[in-house]
Amino acid sequence: MTRVAITGMGVVSAIGNDIETFRRALHDTTGGLAPAQGLDEVPKGITVVGQVRDFDAEARFGRDRLALLDPFSQFAMAAADEAIGMAGLDFRADPAMGQRTACIIGTGGAGIATLQEGFVRLYRDGKHRVNPFTVPRYMGNAACSQVTMAHGITGPSFAVTSACATANHAIGLGFHMVRGGVADRAVVGGTDALVNFGNLKAWEALRVVSRDTCRPFSKDRTGMVVGEGAGVFVLERWDDAVARGAPILAEMIGFGMSADAGDITFPSVEGASRAVQACLDDAGLTAADVDHINAHGTATTANDATEAKVIRAVFGDAADRLAVSSTKSFHGHGLGAAGGLELVAAIVAAQDGFVPPTLNLTELDPECPLDVVTGTGRAMDVRTVVSNSFAFGGLNAVLAIRRAEG
Amino acid sequence: MSDLEQKIFDIVVDKTELTHDRLSREARISDLEISSLDFVEIVFAVEEEFDIEVPYNANTMDADFETLGDIIDAVAAEIAKQQ
Repeated sequence: MTRVAITGMGVVSAIGNDIETFRRALHDTTGGLAPAQGLDEVPKGITVVGQVRDFDAEARFGRDRLALLDPFSQFAMAAADEAIGMAGLDFRADPAMGQRTACIIGTGGAGIATLQEGFVRLYRDGKHRVNPFTVPRYMGNAACSQVTMAHGITGPSFAVTSACATANHAIGLGFHMVRGGVADRAVVGGTDALVNFGNLKAWEALRVVSRDTCRPFSKDRTGMVVGEGAGVFVLERWDDAVARGAPILAEMIGFGMSADAGDITFPSVEGASRAVQACLDDAGLTAADVDHINAHGTATTANDATEAKVIRAVFGDAADRLAVSSTKSFHGHGLGAAGGLELVAAIVAAQDGFVPPTLNLTELDPECPLDVVTGTGRAMDVRTVVSNSFAFGGLNAVLAIRRAEG
Repeated sequence: MSDLEQKIFDIVVDKTELTHDRLSREARISDLEISSLDFVEIVFAVEEEFDIEVPYNANTMDADFETLGDIIDAVAAEIAKQQ
């Protein structure tokens, strides 16, 4: 079977707008959750957010291009620039290569900030017109299209959406396309720009947001923290990467999906377990092969207890030797970007032999009987990592990677 | 039964399939089998009705609200705060 290498990655997040800053934050256990900045008003029920900060969009894109870019596109483009630069690919210089490259960039909220600005003009300010670029800014495929346009990627390209599992679906689909020969390489990931008043009000209304901060698997957790950002990756055939001497960050080895067909918000042990098992099967892994799980770990009561049961159900006794962590405690819940941010963390774990800690855990919830890594993290041999995403709506997507080994 | 109680019970009946005869201050929310999403809708309707904000978090619901009386007391407290 065709092996698939990850040769580039890029990130925009509350803990850094480039990979090395993100990596340093994980090692230094420097979380990025803080009160929202720059909003006219912050909903009372939102104490902290995983907000992208110090992102100089004008310097990156210039004023002319910015007019067409909702923040969710800006984040994806910045992450894609970093990933493609790291992979050392230039699609413009080689149009034939561009045609054999897929681009799949998912999003949960798409251009919600742009829509909101339009509604504020119409319904609050009594204006009669909205931004002329409202449609091309807010449409769900805008980020994907902008990445293809910026880099000259002309193969199969589209956006996917599955709430919190979006990025894993995008990444996994690209992986299967490269492995299956539909494309030679794929630029894949997820993006969301969610720290705006209307969206935060929507999350506040659902009553699942934390009272203080994100405490995955902790007995005293009170909910999730809204985050945002983008994580984008370059996947290509292993042999191509070796032939052109590209740095291989990790190997993509498995992808599993499932639907709960149950509740629109409450997760199912059975449904999520099938996605994890499908991922292991896809990768040819047994339970004992996995060293570390980057958990979905939203820090809601329902998710974490369910996810613990999922891990116990799939891994059995091997779960005792499985280092589990939720990096949402660093960067918040990036929704459509979540799986992207977390795959970066998973790759860092494999590259550096370091499992980042779950921050803010005061006492492990007995309902979550897992080896949750806390404190300053854990230096250990990390060969194989699984990254879980279980979405609202019961759509599950799970990825597996292996440390780069010839 | 106070006017406040009556209004809250009316909202619960409207948002669930429960009948009035099952509702009392002492009725336990877990016994009534009100789903968490129904509960979110109930709290929203109560907030709209009384123009208040109820400090309700689905993650800590079991600890914060055991009976319908707990909800009524929380609403009464919020209304008192406003006056």
